[in-house]
Amino acid sequence: MKILVPVKRVVDYNVKIRVKPDGSGVELANIKMSMNPFDEIAVEEALRLKEAGKASEVVAVSIGPAKTDETIRTALAMGADRGIWVKTDEAGIEPLTVAKLLKKVVEAEGPTLVILGKQAIDDDCNQTGQMLSALLGWPQATFASKVVLGDTGVEVTREIDGGLQTLRLDLPAVLTTDLRLNEPRYASLPNIMKAKKKPIDEKSPADLGVDLAPRLEILSTSEPAGRTAGIKVGSAAELVDHLKKAGVL
Amino acid sequence: MADSLPTLLLAEHDDASLNPVTARALTAAKALGAPVHMLVVGENARAAAEAAAKLDGVAEVLLADAPAYAHRLAEPVAALGVALAKEYGAVVAPSTAVWKSVMPRIAALLDVMQVSDVIAVVAPDIFDRPIYAGNAIQRVRATDGKKVLTIRTASFAATGEATGASSAPIRAVEPAGTAAGNAARSSFVGEDIAASARPELTAARIIVSGGRAVGSAENFHAVIEPLADALGAAVGASRAAVDAGYAPNDWQVGQTGKVVAPDLYIALGISGAIQHLAGMKDSKVIVAVNKDEEAPIFQVADFGIVGDLFEVVPALKTEIAKAKA
Ligand SMILES: Cc1cc2nc3c(=O)[nH]c(=O)nc-3n(C[C@H](O)[C@H](O)[C@H](O)COP(=O)(O)OP(=O)(O)OC[C@H]3O[C@@H](n4cnc5c(N)ncnc54)[C@H](O)[C@@H]3O)c2cc1C
Repeated sequence: MKILVPVKRVVDYNVKIRVKPDGSGVELANIKMSMNPFDEIAVEEALRLKEAGKASEVVAVSIGPAKTDETIRTALAMGADRGIWVKTDEAGIEPLTVAKLLKKVVEAEGPTLVILGKQAIDDDCNQTGQMLSALLGWPQATFASKVVLGDTGVEVTREIDGGLQTLRLDLPAVLTTDLRLNEPRYASLPNIMKAKKKPIDEKSPADLGVDLAPRLEILSTSEPAGRTAGIKVGSAAELVDHLKKAGVL
Repeated sequence: MADSLPTLLLAEHDDASLNPVTARALTAAKALGAPVHMLVVGENARAAAEAAAKLDGVAEVLLADAPAYAHRLAEPVAALGVALAKEYGAVVAPSTAVWKSVMPRIAALLDVMQVSDVIAVVAPDIFDRPIYAGNAIQRVRATDGKKVLTIRTASFAATGEATGASSAPIRAVEPAGTAAGNAARSSFVGEDIAASARPELTAARIIVSGGRAVGSAENFHAVIEPLADALGAAVGASRAAVDAGYAPNDWQVGQTGKVVAPDLYIALGISGAIQHLAGMKDSKVIVAVNKDEEAPIFQVADFGIVGDLFEVVPALKTEIAKAKA
């Protein structure tokens, strides 16, 4: 049984991004990039299923321009067996297009599970897993916090608005990860060395027959309305006075 | 032409009642300029449909009431949405867990690129949405004929009920053909939803939130919750507090939790990481209590107290009781 894990290269979660003064986007030159944190959780879950003897192979796939292979290498260093790189000229391919590309990869690879992060922390879209599941006609479980894989189905506990919900899906299926599914491992130095020898298969969007033209035209990117620091108060009594004056109590 | 077609708003509800975020999403749906129809999908959901029919500006309520729609599993609900979408220029829903799961399926099956988390409707095809945890705002034109949008409800005021006794008509819609087939491949096993007398996070006027510094679930009960109850507030938490098991997952406020904008947000022992700020920085008044005067939360707080939350919170509770007496 094979597990496919799509991973995305994003600005590291610790970086405070800056909007370009001309409104054309955010500053990405010389900025630390990492694997999307939710995708690390997805890789970790796939590896644990493999280590538990429930999966035989973990394949990491990413879609993006030069250096995207670094992110695939990160997955390989964590323990994924091999990689697939759908090489594009630009970053920022829209989720609908990513889902179409992934569908082609799924058709070629035949995995039983696809595990994705629930959202990428750059565009914050929260769409790709659901779109892929719909295009494949496979069942989905988003926001997974617990995954129990059986022979014919998978039971997934999900983080929903009021608490937790458990679903049972037939296989094959698409899952997306939430924060509390697991704590991803760090790659050890020997594993980083080993990962350098693992294969990464390169493909082009044309090979997969998918048109990359975006559907959303980005008109501008701007700074959000700022907040300025207020005042420090000395006591609870003083605070309550201020809150009464502000009319919020 | 797509833009002369009405807008379909998908209601957030629990069958018995309409969730308040629906009335906020309605405000965004009306801003598209076309008549708004509301879909209520569930099992035994007539009560929610009746509440939806009372909201101002709803031209018609569609009620899809069937066992296949219990718990609003994504596959059958999306199939219904796709079947109905033919007659609509835009399909809109609040960004809740249910609709975050369903809407991208509808979008993909319609071959439309969804616009997630709309915070402003600039024109019927132009929208503002936050990216990078709200540290930048992107303005996009959606070029697909049909629009599929999820709405960040904290950014829109709620639409009220229509004046007088008028209610929109409620029309029953048949389950879409593929519903049963899809449902068979994913099924509901169970859920663990805590009943709470407190207001819901996304609807609360006041929120009291605790961070890692609260230290335990017992301290949430003993320290944070009494303050919330004194204020009639909802309780929130940082990711660190949820990860540590001090607070349940549905209390998490932030980039990847709930996005809130109450009148008053009180952050107790929360450092103010960008991922947390993403979920609360549009609150009207922010209060922070933190031992560390350099904590980033103070950069967004209107009122800050540098101190130990275990001393400040009981004192605050006493002062509030006095003020309310
Ligand atoms: C992919 C991703 C998504 C994330 N999503 C979210 C999200 O949605 N929401 C979220 O909140 N975080 C999120 N985070 C986590 C975020 O980066 C921070 O780690 C988290 O918000 C920190 O929580 P905290 O402020 O409670 O803990 P800490 O950062 O540890 O802060 C604790 C604070 O308590 C203060 N303190 C200690 N003792 C006391 C005391 N006795 N009295 C008063 N103050 C005291 C300290 O000075 C400190 O400022 C996410 C991270 C990642 C990588």
